[in-house]
Amino acid sequence: MLEAFNFRVLADYLPLFLKGLWATVWISAVSLVGALAAGIVACGGRISRFPFLSRCAGAYIEAIRSTPLLAQIYFLYFGLPTLGFRLPEYQTGILALSLNSGAYMAEIIRAGVLSVSRGQIEAGMAFGLSYLQRMRYIVLPQALGMTIPPLLGQAIVLVKDSALLSLISVFELTRAGQIITSERFMPAEGFFTTAVLYLTVYYALKAFSTWWQKRLIYIQPA
Amino acid sequence: MWLSYLEKLLQAFPFFLKGLWMTVAVSGLSLVGGTLLGFAAGIVRASRVRILGSILFAYVDFMRGTPFLVQVFIIFFILPEWGLHLSAFKAAVLSLTLYAAAYICEIVYGGIAAVPSGQMEAAKASGLTWVQRMRYVILPQAMKTILPPLVGQYVLLIKDSSVVSVIGVTDVTRVGWFTVQRIPEGLMVFGLVGLLYFAVCYPLIRLSNALEKKMRAEEPGGL
Repeated sequence: MLEAFNFRVLADYLPLFLKGLWATVWISAVSLVGALAAGIVACGGRISRFPFLSRCAGAYIEAIRSTPLLAQIYFLYFGLPTLGFRLPEYQTGILALSLNSGAYMAEIIRAGVLSVSRGQIEAGMAFGLSYLQRMRYIVLPQALGMTIPPLLGQAIVLVKDSALLSLISVFELTRAGQIITSERFMPAEGFFTTAVLYLTVYYALKAFSTWWQKRLIYIQPA
Repeated sequence: MWLSYLEKLLQAFPFFLKGLWMTVAVSGLSLVGGTLLGFAAGIVRASRVRILGSILFAYVDFMRGTPFLVQVFIIFFILPEWGLHLSAFKAAVLSLTLYAAAYICEIVYGGIAAVPSGQMEAAKASGLTWVQRMRYVILPQAMKTILPPLVGQYVLLIKDSSVVSVIGVTDVTRVGWFTVQRIPEGLMVFGLVGLLYFAVCYPLIRLSNALEKKMRAEEPGGL
């Protein structure tokens, strides 16, 4: 089975794969930023004292978490044009990924915010800090350190989820594998290469997460 | 215009239910397969047989490091090259089973590792065999840790089953994809698709949350 693996064709298609890898990386990076923004807003709504805001954010989070990403991608891909928005595929894809990941981010950030002990917030109040100052100087710096490992976990999920964008004809890594399969009919060369490239991104993120966790223990002795 | 689409959509509703049945069938079969395989793998991983442990570790890393879509393509397009022809349905169940098994293996392994080592030693001292120790001492205690994430994994499994629509399994997502070609109201069609998934997944998410809460409540008074 390995002797059938055609490395020469692979060499021909290598630039295509690298372009695909680059597309996957930047699409995931942009979506990650979008997801963080969506997550912070949704988390702020979820823990706010206004029942209306909290309900809206809760509905968004639950709706995203109980439906598949593929259905959400199709929802935007087929749905936005009927509303009069004609976006390029990759923008629709980034929007879908950001909104999807944002719901999970919101829960991660919420866990981080709630992990900051009540006494610290009260101490901040006693110092006369405003709500924004307390968030900016007390809660968020601590919550962020705690949430980095699960956020990186979510980033790994995001990179893998971006593969689904190939189904709405966005060019990225999985699409590169599909192209070599349809042009040369070599699915093994196509999809194993794709898998290996995804694995490199996965191991890089995982190594970074492990390194960070070690650092975290170093900063905050239990 | 809008109303006529709604009427058409209502006419197509039986197809959606058929698709939902397909989703439930595919994910149900892989749920059973993945649970059995995942428990076996998790117990083997916890048993400290070095070689088996590293093989399973590599397997889990591969499944967790690559997108499920790529795994589906590997099984559906590459296995035939090696002489194993599978129908779309069988390929879907196989890929979902292997995928779920990797995650469940980690959940089970984590649950077993969370049981205090004194339990294992006490069971050993009582003269129980390895199988007895697992069966009567370790697993019953580990189940408390395993159950909430396991149910959460089932939710992920049902959602990920939407991906197998791309190799031609007519599940809810694929029915939606067909319908949107005739009824160009993407929001309505995929809103309905989402609603059907929601009806299946939301109760399971609530169950997972309730189990987790129950586990936490039992913790301080328990072992």
